[in-house]
Amino acid sequence: MTGKINLSLILSSGTLALFVVLALFAPLAAPYSPTEVLTNPYATPSVDHWLGADTLGRDLLSRSIYGLRYTLGISLFVTVVACAIGVTLAILAAVRRGWIDVLIGRTVDAIMAIPQIIFALIVLAVAGVSLKTLVGTMIVLETTLFFRILRASAGDIAVMDFIEVARLRGETLRWYIFREILPNLAPTLIAEFGLRFAFASLFISALSFLGVGIQPPDADLGGLVRENALAISAGKVAPLFPAIAIAMIAVSTNGIVDFLIRKYSVRGELQA
Amino acid sequence: MSFLDIQGLSLKAGATEILRDVSLQLERGQVLGLIGESGAGKSTLALAAIGFLKPGLTIAGGKVSLDGIDLVAASPDELSKLRQSKVAYVAQSAAAAFNPFYRLGHQVTELRALRDGIGGSERRQLAAELFARLQLPEPDRFGLKYPHQVSGGQLQRAMIAMALLNNPELIVFDEPTTALDVTTQVEVLKVIRQVIAAEGCSAIYVSHDIAVVSQVCDRIVVVRNGVMVEANETRRIIDSPQTDYARALVASRSTSDFNRETSDTQILIEGRGLDLGYGSVRIVENVDITVGRSEIVALVGESGSGKTTVARAIAGLLVPRRGSVTLSGIRLAASVDDRNDDQRRRIQFIHQLPDVALNPRQTVRAVLARPLVKFMGLSGADLEERLRGLMAEVELPAALLDRYPGALSGGQKQRVYIARCLAAEPDILICDEVTSALDPLVEESILSLLWHLNQDKGLGMLFITHNLGVTRRFTDRVVIMERGRIVESGTTKAIFAAPGEEYTKRLMLAEPSTRAGWLDERIASGD
Repeated sequence: MTGKINLSLILSSGTLALFVVLALFAPLAAPYSPTEVLTNPYATPSVDHWLGADTLGRDLLSRSIYGLRYTLGISLFVTVVACAIGVTLAILAAVRRGWIDVLIGRTVDAIMAIPQIIFALIVLAVAGVSLKTLVGTMIVLETTLFFRILRASAGDIAVMDFIEVARLRGETLRWYIFREILPNLAPTLIAEFGLRFAFASLFISALSFLGVGIQPPDADLGGLVRENALAISAGKVAPLFPAIAIAMIAVSTNGIVDFLIRKYSVRGELQA
Repeated sequence: MSFLDIQGLSLKAGATEILRDVSLQLERGQVLGLIGESGAGKSTLALAAIGFLKPGLTIAGGKVSLDGIDLVAASPDELSKLRQSKVAYVAQSAAAAFNPFYRLGHQVTELRALRDGIGGSERRQLAAELFARLQLPEPDRFGLKYPHQVSGGQLQRAMIAMALLNNPELIVFDEPTTALDVTTQVEVLKVIRQVIAAEGCSAIYVSHDIAVVSQVCDRIVVVRNGVMVEANETRRIIDSPQTDYARALVASRSTSDFNRETSDTQILIEGRGLDLGYGSVRIVENVDITVGRSEIVALVGESGSGKTTVARAIAGLLVPRRGSVTLSGIRLAASVDDRNDDQRRRIQFIHQLPDVALNPRQTVRAVLARPLVKFMGLSGADLEERLRGLMAEVELPAALLDRYPGALSGGQKQRVYIARCLAAEPDILICDEVTSALDPLVEESILSLLWHLNQDKGLGMLFITHNLGVTRRFTDRVVIMERGRIVESGTTKAIFAAPGEEYTKRLMLAEPSTRAGWLDERIASGD
């Protein structure tokens, strides 16, 4: 391991850890209420208001800290659920093959054929904007991506002789998933999980930016960018802070994932 | 000075020594055999002789000179010139070495096109000449084929043709017949012998099969753990090996019989009228096969004869189109998925390659514990005791229980696999080429382990192999298959004493022997 990798790991995990702590303890960490009008609209950063104020004069730092809660919370929840469903379906398809494989595979193809953002916009337009619909839609979309990549890896593993040995022993699907295939999928899974988490945070931000995500007066980071977007043409910095936060989430997640992949593959080589 | 002169060569990969202080000489027109277990460093040594080091290797000391050129000091340009004109390399697996995208004629003549810029008709003509020299069918048209359109033996010969392209003075053959079955092996060996004689070039022949090496080479060098153990003329090594290791290697080909005494003939498992295939391809036709209690039955044939397919049908991995499998007189479900746990327990299947049959992410303990828990219902102290007992049965230290398969040797992995089968306390073991991927000495130890299990526990075995030497020594009864049909069967003694079918005779003659003149007889007989 070179020093450079460790530096990027320290920066990434430090950033993400700080964000997570802020999100968890938002009521304690935020200096003001996120919804209270406290000063002039678009007040520039000052000692009292570190990041300045938003379009209505609310404290932008407090709003950003609460925004982190939404962005991280929803991304994490969506990624965990989608990962669990995606992995299960992928291994089921790889082991059982036949019509189950075709059914799941083609359904996923059909969903993936529609651009993600369009799909989400249509669903949210038809079903109405609510947190449940939003999270549900994101889970469906993320699941297809998990399924696609893990089905390929699981397919490679499912043809190995040790899977045949498990079949000769008459093992259950549970055993295939958790004992035979999943441990071998771990490196792919870790990488994919981190990547999908980063994309999920970008996705929820994008939806909120388009106005179909978290609804005012609450706001996630994407929503904060939207609220303050007009200020950019007036030369104000307000929308930059939540935008930078979104970028930092994506970048630091990738930094951690890179490290894990490297660590895992080195260990894998020693074992293999 | 010798044509090839290696003096005190040591190679390292990082801090690990791969070769230590190896010195050898090779004269023009001589053939040198390098023999040893896998990982002994014989391929590395052969490649160093033509100035090539695998990535990660460094020279820790010594000299290699070929025809007066110092290969250690040579620049990459000089080396590449040397490889274009003086030396050639024939790799183990032609199937993996050829690019499936290009026609054979194109690939075989590529070097001349790069070096001399010859093209079109000249290339085709050159390819045809080479293919004719290697006695390939229709040499004019052979070059138009793609690698997947020719047989394994033909592909290996095409690769030798490629090696002859630049009229080399030294050819390195790196296990050129290891991946082939016996009859194909003879076909390729004959060609190698004739080519070396006709070209008058020197050659280094790398193999772990002492019989093959003894037929092709003038001198033999035995390598073990990166050190030269013994070097001498071929007949001297075969007739009077000096070191224990060389003695064991030579003996592995001629070890006396396991003392087989067939007593019990009560039929344990029976496959009747089996018709097998995948999709629209029919592979096995109307095969009957039985294995009795404590009986070892060999299922023998060339690759593609359908022997593994029969084994898979008996194990329930392949559903027969017609025919049935019975265990102790009770008809089994066609698919293993529909059999009950007790039936699954009683039939155990050993795969050819333990590397892919053991989950790389499960420790030995996890591997062995599963059948004990599932079939035997063991837990706690009983489980631990049985685990240690199993390791002892397959002669492995209990300390290996917490290792992952990646940290075990090939022989140890196969032992772990056998222990996993034993854990189920089966009545019958189906062994699918279980020793063919192993080095001769390891093969011998695994055979003797299986033999003890057969003697002590009365295990019946269906032993699938293409190795007739092992068949003759190890089994009670032989079933010989050709293209999906049984051509001959009977007791091992009777079949080997008087084979009834041409095919059986051909298989037996193809089995390499260390006897002087074996290959010459094969060439003379022209079959």
